Order: sequence, then C-alpha cells, then structure tokens
Amino acid sequence: MTRRNFGATLAVLMSACFAGAAFAGTGQPSPWQMNMQTPVTEMAEFLGTLHNSVNIVIGLISAFVLLLLVIVVVRFNEKANPVPSKTTHHTGLEIAWTLIPALILVAIAIPSFRLLTMQIQLPKADITVKAVAHQWYWSYEYPEDQGGGFVYDSYMLPREDAEKANQPPLLAVDNELVLPAGKTIVVQVVGGDVIHNFAIPSFGVRMDAVPGRLNQTWFKTDKEGMYYGQCSRLCGANHAYMPIAVRIVSAEKYAEWLTEAKKKFAALDAKPVALAANE
Amino acid sequence: MAHAATSHDTHHGDPTGWKRWVMSTNHKDIGTMYLIFAIIAGLVGGFLSIAMRLELQEPGLQYFTNPQTYNVFVTGHGLIMVFFVVMPAVIGGFGNWFVPLMIGAPDMAFPRMNNISFWLLPAAFALLFISLFVEGAPGSNGFGGGWTVYPPLATMGHPGPALDFGILSLHLAGASSILGAINFITTILNMRAPGMTMHKMPLFAWALLVTAFLLLLSLPVLAGAITMLLTDRNFGTAFFDPANGGDPILYQHLFWFFGHPEVYIMILPGFGIVSHIISTFSKKPIFGYLGMAYAMVAIGAVGFIVWAHHMYTAGLALNTQRYFMFATMVIAVPTGVKIFSWIATMWGGSIRFTAAMQWAIGFIFLFTVGGVTGVVLANAGIDRNLHNTYYVVAHFHYVLSLGAVFSIFAGFYYWFPKMSGRIIPESIGILHFWVAFIGANVLFFPMHFTGLSGMPRHYVDYPDAFAGWNRISSYGSYIFAAGLLIFFYGILRAYLSPVRAADNPWGEGATTLEWTLSSPPPHHQFDTLPRFSGSGH
Repeated sequence: MTRRNFGATLAVLMSACFAGAAFAGTGQPSPWQMNMQTPVTEMAEFLGTLHNSVNIVIGLISAFVLLLLVIVVVRFNEKANPVPSKTTHHTGLEIAWTLIPALILVAIAIPSFRLLTMQIQLPKADITVKAVAHQWYWSYEYPEDQGGGFVYDSYMLPREDAEKANQPPLLAVDNELVLPAGKTIVVQVVGGDVIHNFAIPSFGVRMDAVPGRLNQTWFKTDKEGMYYGQCSRLCGANHAYMPIAVRIVSAEKYAEWLTEAKKKFAALDAKPVALAANE
Repeated sequence: MAHAATSHDTHHGDPTGWKRWVMSTNHKDIGTMYLIFAIIAGLVGGFLSIAMRLELQEPGLQYFTNPQTYNVFVTGHGLIMVFFVVMPAVIGGFGNWFVPLMIGAPDMAFPRMNNISFWLLPAAFALLFISLFVEGAPGSNGFGGGWTVYPPLATMGHPGPALDFGILSLHLAGASSILGAINFITTILNMRAPGMTMHKMPLFAWALLVTAFLLLLSLPVLAGAITMLLTDRNFGTAFFDPANGGDPILYQHLFWFFGHPEVYIMILPGFGIVSHIISTFSKKPIFGYLGMAYAMVAIGAVGFIVWAHHMYTAGLALNTQRYFMFATMVIAVPTGVKIFSWIATMWGGSIRFTAAMQWAIGFIFLFTVGGVTGVVLANAGIDRNLHNTYYVVAHFHYVLSLGAVFSIFAGFYYWFPKMSGRIIPESIGILHFWVAFIGANVLFFPMHFTGLSGMPRHYVDYPDAFAGWNRISSYGSYIFAAGLLIFFYGILRAYLSPVRAADNPWGEGATTLEWTLSSPPPHHQFDTLPRFSGSGH
C-alpha cells in the first residue's frame, strides 16, 4: 500500500513536471497534453505510475549521456586538448557499463512483470460483453443470462452531430457501450472481417480484434462517466473513424438501461447471442 | 602499411559510357549506383511523408479526400524508406564502396552477382511504383495495409492486384539483398588482406558481416510469408484465413521474425560508420574494440529472438509475453555498451568538429533518446497503452530517421571526398546538420506526447485535442526538408569547385585502408595486396 502511495506521489510530481498548458482530461485527450490520460482503473493507474517512474529513469539516462557529450565537446576539442590520449581499454569501466544497465533493467522488470500479470490474468467476471469489430464500426453483444440478449452497432457520430451533443468529434458514437461502475467487466474482442483493435487509454486496455480468435481483456472502474478510445490497428479506409465510447453508469442506471436497450435493440435483431462462438 | 595501387589494367581496358554502369562489376561503381538510387528513392519516400504531414497539420481532411489514399501513402513511405532508401544506402552503397577498401580486397568476391544485386532493385522499385496505380482496396488504387502487410486486410481487404505487385516487388528486393549478403559474407571471410585477422578488421566490416548474416537468415522467412500471402490471395490456399483453418497471427510471427532483425539490418551499418567517424576525428583508436565488435554480434543474435514484442496486443499468452519482454530488455545492454564506448573513444581525444563528426555526435544522442523509449516499449504492461500510438512512431523514427538516416549523412560527409575526389564545404555540411537536427526533433519529439495521450497511428484525421502537437510536427518536417536543399546545394558546390580532395583529407586519425588510396581510388585497387600490420582500430 505504501508503495502505491509512493507511486501516486511520484505520478503527481511527474505531472507537475509536465505542467504548463498540459493537463490530462478524463476519458479523452486534452489539447497540448504531454502524458497519459487520467487513469480510472487500478490497472491504468499502475500502468501510468510505472510509466512515469521508467520515464524518470530514461530521462536521467538521456541527460547523463548528454552531459558526457557536453563534457567531451568542451574538454576534448582540438584547442583544449591538442594531444589525444591513447587509452583504448579500461576493464573496470567496461564491466560497469555492462552491469549497471543490467541492474537498472532488472529493477524495471520486477514491477513490470506484476503489471503484465495483472493485465493478462482475468479475474472472475461480474459482467461479460462481446465487442465485434467491423469495417468500420463496432457491434456490442450483451449475453442473455446477464439480463441482455441483444446486439447493437456503434457508429461514429458525424462532426456536426457530435458537436450538437457536446461530445468530442471523432470520438463520440451513436450507441455507446454502457456498463456499470464497481463491477469487473470482461470484454471478449473479436474481429468480424479484418484485424481491428479495442483500446481505451484511461482503462489501460488494448486488445486486438482478430478474426477467428476470441481475445479477452478486463477492467473495473468506480468512476462514472464517458471514456473514449479509438481503433488501434490499421483496418482500411475508415480506420480513423471507428471510435470506441464506453459510458460507465451506476448499477441502478445500468439496470434501467438494460431494460430499455433490450426493448430497443432486441426488436431490431432477434438472432440469438452465442458468446464463445465467432462471427 | 599499404601500397597505394595505381591503375595499370592492361588486359581489359576500363569500361566507359553506359557499359561502365549497366554492366558494371566494379564494387565502387555499383556502390555509387546504389547511393544515387537511394537518394532518388529517398526523394519519393520523403515526398510521401511531406504529403502526410501536410494532411495532418490540421484536423479534418485537407488533401486526401479518400482516406484510403492516405493509407497507401503511409504504406509506400514505410516500404520505400526501409527497402529502397536505408538498406541500399548503408549496405549496397557504403558497404559496397568501403568493405573491400577497408579489408584490402581488390573487389567483392562475386562481382557479377554484385551487378545483379543492384539491378534487381530498380526492377523491384518499378513494381512497387506500379502498385500505386492499380486497384487495391475496392474502388481505390494502391495497397494501404501498412508495411507489415497483415492479413486479412492484405487478403480480403485488398482484392485488387496492387498488393500482388507489392509482394513481387518485395520478392525481388529480398532476392537482391540475399545475393548481396552472400557476397559480403564471402568477401569478408575470404578476402581480407594478409595480416588482417578477424579481430583486426575495421568495425564497419564487422557491422556489414553481422548485417549480412541477419539478411541471409531473416529474408527467406519474409519471402516465405509473403509467398503464402500470395497463394492465399490468388490460388485458394488458406494459411492465414481462419474460416478455413488458417491463422492471421501465424503471419505476424513470420513477418516479425524477419521484421525485427530488419531494424538491426538498418542500424548496424550505421554503428560501423559512426565508430570510424568518432575515432577519426577524436584522433584516437576506438575504445573497447572487441566489446564493440561483439556487442554488434550480440545485438544481431538477440535480435532474432525478440520478435513478438511487436505483438503484445495480439492476445499472446502470459508466459509468451513475459519471455519476449525479458529478451527485449536484454538488447539494451549491448546497445548501452556501444553508446558508452563511443563516448569513451572521444574522452581524452583531440576532437575536430567536422560536418561528419557533428552528424555522428548528433547520432549518438538521438539514438540514445530513441533507444531509451525502446526500453519503455519493451515493457508489455506499459506498451498496453502505447502500442500502435504515435509514441511508437516517435520511437522508431528516433532510431531510424534520426539514427540510421543521420548515420547515412554522417557517412556521406565523411566519405564523399574519398568517393568523388571533391570537397563539400564543411560549413554547408554543418549547416545541413543543424537544420536537420532541429527539424527532426521538432518533427518527432511531439509525437511522444500525442502517443502518450493516446493518438493511434495510421490516422488520416484525429480528434481536435491532438491538433496542437500535430501542427508543430508538420512544421518540423518542413524544416527537415529544407535541410535536404542545403545537402544538394553542397553536392552542387563540390562539383562546381575546382578544389580536389587529398588522399587523406582527415589527417592522422583516419587509419583505415581506404585513406591510403587516391581520392577517388583507381578503378581497380590493391593490385598488390596490402600487407596489414597495424592494429586497424
């Protein structure tokens, strides 16, 4: 716990370093943003903290190399040092610059392996939904045994409609993926034609939608709101125009939405939902 | 040390006119043709990228009314820069020119094969060019599926013949490179001057040797993968079609088994070039020669077993991702050895800041920046938020556009007097460096920010929030392009000026064999093999 608090402090410090006009929006990018979007899941928070820590390490390494180069340029130019030395070996130094980077990498790898495990090992799902990617829209399927039993398509809103709805153009969609806060959500991701990618930066989630393959990812957030992502695998002409929008609502509102959505979407398409099967 | 040979070719006169070039078996002429080819292809690839930056300067669609055309430009830019600019420049160009000279060989081992290696490339480039003008995706021309050519977008997504031209183009370019690799390996292993043991061989030759092995082992895998793609597309096979028992992920494994060594193929010769420049202008032998040579061998070897770090989001199993993450991070160690050894070479030196040296020092810093973001991306967990974003674009342009390309310009300013016998005024090369250095950083550094905040790659259009940094990036690309005008002006000045280069214009620090010959060297050099007694490094 203390370690996480330390990480959080570090993250705050880091974002302070990147201050200025840069501030992170929730669920979407902000103008002149310089770091990751505000995390709203434990996974994304861990990811952001680890990134910020590694960022400090690589910043220091780059600064160290730059410093050495500046010293070399100032001290060992023709004028300052007319007679070059003939040193070509220094065993201690060579061992040091092999071992020290290796140790730094080990230090990065330990928390990094934990993050990876957290991402890939799925917890027990409260709710499972399926996201099927098409050229160029998403279909979301809610299984019957969880109060769903319907499928609907999610298309990007044209710019005017998005602006009218006071939502960010190119991120806003007509039908969002609606899910409750505080529940463990497992998303099954499948490609319906070519490979696409289901990505939501503020959740720390990114998973290829591959035809013929059932990929799964998960998230859990307590924060209600709209969270946007974009298809992250080149999928043809309208690759830039198939965003992902997730609306996280309270459990009560989710129950209400389910009833409404069932009426609205089940009427449109009566085909049964088979979760594990692919398109 | 070596006897500067004069041309006394009596049994067959030096060929002249078109025969000298088209039927050339001379490593220097072929190297020159490779360099000219790379410059021309670079202008085409550069034009494509400027068009992309123009489009991305503002959100919305400005120039590309059909977004698919943008995808075709992205794909063309990637393929051209990799296969027709960087590889021909560093391997075919500088490799051909300087490996034989540096190891004291009269020519490459297989001069006629060298000729076909080169002439396959214009044919390959022509096929790629044709592919831009025939149908790919329904209703539009060209292939727009990225340089990685992932199916099913490369099969059902592009039913037209554009990609078939593209695949055949890669087959030819691959065959060209494999023949070249065989030539380099044979030359380096068998034709070193008497006394030049492997451990006395110049680092550029080491770099080319490792590169040639990478080419020889990885390109056949690419050839196999794209042949399977070709039969999937045209002859009803289903290697990558899940509906018929195939697997799109299989293609990704095959592609990246080639694709990852490929990035080292592009940068290793640059490591060699930079080593010589740093040593020459510091007037010191390279620091930790053996460590430098074997760091390249290690990078080459480990480079073959890290490919799936390009596939962290494909849905690979936990243990697979753990392994590839670990292996990838290992590469940072030999790379660090190289960076620190270059700095140690300069340490205690008496540095002359020529244009070539400034490009080389710029290379070291920018390659470091690109390298450390590679460490970030190696972490599969962090890559979850960065995969296929502009952060990746920033990373690989720092190691390639600011790494490999800077090493090419460094090599060009270093060896131009030797190759042409003429001199580009130092001030022009230095001005070009600073313009390119500023331009490239303004162009690529903001991409770290757009990537971190979530902007995906391959996007013709983007949410308004990304507009600020994208505008800055576009300005950077224009600055970099302006630098190219300075470059061409420098070459023009060299050819208009009556000044001629000395055999060794760089002084005591330039110790490799090419500086013992005239500038330019005679058509055939080392008629009497030089006897090599120096340390060579």
